[in-house]
Amino acid sequence: MNRELKRVSIVALLMFTALFVSTTIIQYFAADSLAADPRNSRTLYASYSVERGPILVDGTPVAFSQASDDDYKFLRVYPNGPLYAAVTGYIPVNGEATGLESSLNDYLSGQDSSQFFDKINRLISGQDPMGASVDVAIDPVAQQAAWDALGDDTGAVIVTEPATGRILAMVTKPTFDPNTLVSHDTDQVEATYEGLLADPSDPLFNRATGGDMNPPGSVFKLVVTAAALESGRYTPESTFPNPGQLTLPGTDSIVINSGGGTCGSGATVTLADALRLSCNIPFAELGMELGDDAIREQAEKFGFNQAFDIPTPTEESVYPRGLDEPQTALSAFGQYTVRATPLQMAVVSAAIANGGIVMNPNLVDGVTAPDFTPLEGFKPTEFGRAISESTAKTMTEMMTNGVESGAASNARIDGVSVAGKTGTAENGEDDPYTLWFTGFAPADNPQYAITVLVEDGGGLGQEGYGNLIAAPIAKQVLEAVLNK
Amino acid sequence: MSDAATGRVTATQPPTATPPDGIRRIRMPQRLRNLEFWLLLVACVINAGAIVLVQLGALGHIDTQLVLLGAGLSVLVFALHIVMRFVARDADPFLLPIATVLNGLGIAEIYRIDIAFGDSGWESASVRQIAWSGIAIIAAIATILLIRNHRVLFRYTYLSGLVAIVLLLLPLVPGLGEEINGARVWISIGSFASFQPGEIAKIALAVFFAGYLVRNRDSLSMVGTKFLGMRFPRARDLGPLLIVWALSMAVIVFQRDLGTALLYFGLFLVMLYVATSRLSWVVLGLSLFLAGALIASQTLDYVHARFQNWLEPFSDGRYDADPGGSYQLVQGLFGLANGGLIGTGLGRGSPDITPVPQSDYIIASLGEELGLAGLFAIFALYVLLVARGFRIGFAGQDDFGKLLGVGLAFVVALQVFIVVGGVTRVIPLTGLTTPFLAAGGSSLVANWIIVALLLRLSDTVRNHPRLVIDG
Repeated sequence: MNRELKRVSIVALLMFTALFVSTTIIQYFAADSLAADPRNSRTLYASYSVERGPILVDGTPVAFSQASDDDYKFLRVYPNGPLYAAVTGYIPVNGEATGLESSLNDYLSGQDSSQFFDKINRLISGQDPMGASVDVAIDPVAQQAAWDALGDDTGAVIVTEPATGRILAMVTKPTFDPNTLVSHDTDQVEATYEGLLADPSDPLFNRATGGDMNPPGSVFKLVVTAAALESGRYTPESTFPNPGQLTLPGTDSIVINSGGGTCGSGATVTLADALRLSCNIPFAELGMELGDDAIREQAEKFGFNQAFDIPTPTEESVYPRGLDEPQTALSAFGQYTVRATPLQMAVVSAAIANGGIVMNPNLVDGVTAPDFTPLEGFKPTEFGRAISESTAKTMTEMMTNGVESGAASNARIDGVSVAGKTGTAENGEDDPYTLWFTGFAPADNPQYAITVLVEDGGGLGQEGYGNLIAAPIAKQVLEAVLNK
Repeated sequence: MSDAATGRVTATQPPTATPPDGIRRIRMPQRLRNLEFWLLLVACVINAGAIVLVQLGALGHIDTQLVLLGAGLSVLVFALHIVMRFVARDADPFLLPIATVLNGLGIAEIYRIDIAFGDSGWESASVRQIAWSGIAIIAAIATILLIRNHRVLFRYTYLSGLVAIVLLLLPLVPGLGEEINGARVWISIGSFASFQPGEIAKIALAVFFAGYLVRNRDSLSMVGTKFLGMRFPRARDLGPLLIVWALSMAVIVFQRDLGTALLYFGLFLVMLYVATSRLSWVVLGLSLFLAGALIASQTLDYVHARFQNWLEPFSDGRYDADPGGSYQLVQGLFGLANGGLIGTGLGRGSPDITPVPQSDYIIASLGEELGLAGLFAIFALYVLLVARGFRIGFAGQDDFGKLLGVGLAFVVALQVFIVVGGVTRVIPLTGLTTPFLAAGGSSLVANWIIVALLLRLSDTVRNHPRLVIDG
């Protein structure tokens, strides 16, 4: 009987071994992935009980936790809330966090596995748990300038550092005060949130990285120009027929240049002039010659059709698949179903400024544990090469001409050469235009890449255009940062 | 079969007989009981500490009322200890402290969840759990006092079998039975509480199996035809196996309770194997059960859903399914993950997010607040408890006592495995209570009686050192 007993006791031991193993797997090996499951509300709750780390701009907190006397223990405070709302996001007590508060929640709440030993140390030494602090790349001067320059327009401004991809300014308007969404009066937060959600101007959208995606219009001509130059079959001096209007093959659709008429006075027009004057007909012709695959390939090298994490997730900009010839013609000047975020256009400009190499756009400089040890570097990373160095150089000259003597003249700054491209994109038949500017300065030694988006025609309906509304905003921001 | 298994209490073994005058004062120092005393003291300190930590963690201050209620339980446990000093001096010193600390940790965690739910007074599960613990410990004292020798139970083999079947059928009686969470395993007693007679039935079954197998082991083990290197039983000896199998299947179909069926059948198989030392029984039994479970998973929706939840709990379809989805399972996993290695600390996690965190999911609640370290400690306590039971089996003198000891110990082990294994995705989730920890009166009473029986068995073993060592 004892032999059987021994076997049964081994079976019992094996059963317990299975439990030891299964709990170890769940509580140790799979703990991080379970915590990251979006359905896991505990991760959010856990973030209340610790003193959440601050989000710092140039050493000054734009989000920090303040001890409060209620169950939540800490109140999140956003000094200068609306100005940084697009960067910080917010973390409500009974809802989903957004922005960096969400994407870096593990660090801010001290739950990241890299903070495990720090947590143990604090536990043993009797200190309260504390989250890590996040240094963002935002330059307060650029951010304030972008905020001021955008004024009351609906839209976004984004400034990046071409060599690194660091995001120096990110402003979206209309916006909201995150403080109103993190109050511990949950009923009031609910009401505020519902109000913001119902607001037709969509203040909760981050138009710099998403929202209702806009057609890029003429700023997309940069991508098509890049595709043309990269093909080796075109130079800036390549010429195109210059009619007053173009009927797309197999359709009744007619393409005209903005303002009507031909592109300059000649019978033909060069690629350089077409870009400088932002003419639609030559680009429609070029687009049809290149074909949609070549344009898509170039667009994807710039980051289209995939989403950047900055590390907050962003919307992906779209160059559609399977276009026929007339659709390709329309998409060649950024219409039809091409969609782009200001972030994506900033990446395009920054890549041209950076000799053709696309840097991943990034909001965060670093994360620092409560004991001041750096946790993660957030070093600049390359997305890839979009265009050759010579193409980049050629395009910089073309864009500089656009500002010097072309359609982007309102971005001109005395004493500094600015490279830029404007855009005026059509939406519906009678809908107001979407206005764009993207570019960088100084053109010979690029420090800042900037993209401006203004929706609703800047309040002028179909009277507004990129050079009138968007270019001056870019100019104002660039002046502020260059004069620092 | 040995003589000792006949169940006759003979005059030659008077563990409690009054010694002649004059010898009374020359008592052996009760070393085992003294050890038990100190361990019990530690257990009670741990329990009081756990309740205080819950209050500090969840309330922020100490509320003496519940500490006092808990102290009442400590008094009862020490009463059991004192009773044993008189009637079971040589009983195992570890069983009682282990049961005490598990029961206390359960109360602390249930209390913690009451705080989260805002329940207090008689409405709260913790106060009821304390009341039931009191009843359970008193039942254990009564068991120790009434059953002075486990061989008495041998006489009631068939009565135990009958009692087990009646208890199992009770919830199916119209007007008496009550369906909770889809399982029909409860009976309601007035407004006081629901009672799960199946919990008590497992003790009766263990007694019945032990008695029956000791009586019939020869015919079950000796004869049969050899096939594939194993001796398979004759068709007419298959009766008991088929009856228990049919019983388990009936539990699955009519009471919709997979866990209990698995528990009973597993208990029977193990005892059958130990009694007959024939692996063929296990092979036959397991094949039967797996076949039954397989058919059930294809034909019964709730069983099918359990299997689906087990295989892919994170799929949106399973997660959102209601009723019968994997929401609870997944939330339990989130809770465990939230606990991590060292836990959130008592009173500082969010176990109340998971449905029924105080009963079926008490282990996930404890895992969240005490962490992997805490769960390992709890599992270690169970391992120790079960090992002490097996020890009785090894050291036992009579076959009935050996079988009963092993059966009772194994039923605890199997129950822990089924419920914790279900929560941690080792096996499909089935509803069962975690012994001593989970909220539930019937489970507490049953498990405390099991402890009392193991104590009684161990006392007999120590009193009668074995002279013959068999293989």
